Amino acid sequence: MTTITRSAGNGGRSVLMRIAELRAWLFLVLLIVVFEVWARAAYGATFILNAYNLQSIAVFSVAPLLLALGQTFVIISSGIDLSVGFTMGLASVVAAHAAALAGDSLGLDALPAMLLGLGAGVVIAFVPGLVNGWLIAHLRVPPFIGTLGMYGVARGAAFLIAGGTTVPVSNEWFATIGNGQILRVPIVVIITALAVLGMHYLLSQTRFGQHTYAVGANRNAAIRAGIDVKRHTMRLYLLSATCAGLAGALYSARFSAGAAQAGEPLLLDSIAAVVIGGASLFGGSGTIGGTVAGAFVIALIQYGLVFIDVEPFWQFVAVGVVIILSVLVDQSQRRLAGGRQDD
Amino acid sequence: MTETAPLLSVRNISKRFGGVHALEGVSMELHAGEVVALAGDNGAGKSTLIKAISGVHRCDEGEILFDGGRVDFATPHDARACGIETIYQDLALADNLSVGANIFLGREPKARLFGFLPVLDRRGMAAAAKETMALLDFHVERLEAPVSTFSGGQRQAVAIGRAIHWNAKVLIMDEPTAALGVPEQRKVLALIRSLKAQGRGVIFISHNLADIFAVADRIVVLRRGIKTGERRPGETTSDEIVKLMVGG
Repeated sequence: MTTITRSAGNGGRSVLMRIAELRAWLFLVLLIVVFEVWARAAYGATFILNAYNLQSIAVFSVAPLLLALGQTFVIISSGIDLSVGFTMGLASVVAAHAAALAGDSLGLDALPAMLLGLGAGVVIAFVPGLVNGWLIAHLRVPPFIGTLGMYGVARGAAFLIAGGTTVPVSNEWFATIGNGQILRVPIVVIITALAVLGMHYLLSQTRFGQHTYAVGANRNAAIRAGIDVKRHTMRLYLLSATCAGLAGALYSARFSAGAAQAGEPLLLDSIAAVVIGGASLFGGSGTIGGTVAGAFVIALIQYGLVFIDVEPFWQFVAVGVVIILSVLVDQSQRRLAGGRQDD
Repeated sequence: MTETAPLLSVRNISKRFGGVHALEGVSMELHAGEVVALAGDNGAGKSTLIKAISGVHRCDEGEILFDGGRVDFATPHDARACGIETIYQDLALADNLSVGANIFLGREPKARLFGFLPVLDRRGMAAAAKETMALLDFHVERLEAPVSTFSGGQRQAVAIGRAIHWNAKVLIMDEPTAALGVPEQRKVLALIRSLKAQGRGVIFISHNLADIFAVADRIVVLRRGIKTGERRPGETTSDEIVKLMVGG
């Protein structure tokens, strides 16, 4: 008779592991406290209870968070998608072009032209997503290399379509989606929140999500269990690209212009958000909740440092340090988990 | 026990890989509630034999009968659908998932949240896991814990649990006690005995003669693709088995 239970003394260990799992949220709270104390001491004003600041941080997080949502699935499956930044740029340029063309050349009203523009941005992102998935699933190209190649291709394509410049759109509906508010909540934030809920459901409550974890932990076990791992991999990269497409379309709406370099600095942020959120780059673990916390940590660092008047370049240093710390915590967590991981 | 019709009957099967005769006219039988050990040195054909039974390889000659009827499995999935499950040494578990999630991997049940939203039926999976593992005398308390936190023997039990949950009639186990500590080896042998008590047939490959003598009803010895003997543990000795394995 055997009882599966952790042996005595593991109580403390599992508390530690809980803390490690929640590290992104704890860190977020810590950051808020630090900036709040600083703001009160230096300016005698509140930082976090200021609606303008909250709105700015939320809007600031939209694009990196959208990229990170798709990236979460890919990283859990033990892959990586390096092409998201320029897929976003490509989508941004195509969305702006499509909206402008629909309005000017086809003479459509602003509303259908806006919908056409946003739709075109998301749909064009399917192309890099499908190519990534095909390379990785069927041709067995390592994700790092396949998506790095797509990084270059999407980048070039975006600049070519944009003609090397930004693509302006004058469409009031477009601007409303990008900058409007409902009950003081920016529309782009509402759209992102809906995407977060959808992705959380997909990851935690569906077979698709469950299979993503299984593929990341043990690809062969997933294959033997009858999961179509190739098809699943295709869908993962398609999902990641779709998120990037939405981010690009919303970018164009926000600035009433498409830009090929829209997502250029966001690749690192998207991976950082996922890793800070508790996902392992070795695959098999991660949550959407963690990724959301990770994205807010990054946005808060970037916005907060500006707020307290630190030279902006320190943002890169700070985000980099946080990524490294997160990976260190992840590794020690794996050791705590019983040393079963291959070191 | 041998009076009843065998559950699985392998008749004169041969398998060649290029010029290499991996199996030459090997026959064996397995009855319900029986444990057959496959013994043999490296390259004796043990793995080829279990792969032929489990649908990985198709034999060049001979036939396999399961439950009285002739079968010809094209893939391991066909064999599994008939109730022949193979548990390889690596166990094929998703370490980050719970016992229930592993048992149901690829066939997860669904429930409805608020009457319309389809969600994974985690409660159902956990309950089934508890029930199945209790059949193996493993009482799982931490149902949500990932299987990576379990010991080697417990993980073996999870792999076996997955097979029996899907009604495997024959379990083929490749070196189930290798890479385990002695107490864990004993647990796995106890698992094999409980499978036998449930009326399932077990074929297991082992290098460990002590394990073979401890649980097997019959020992089939292979050497260079040929069956050199079949003995009952009570009627033979380790020395004789070793001689059959290495020749001379």
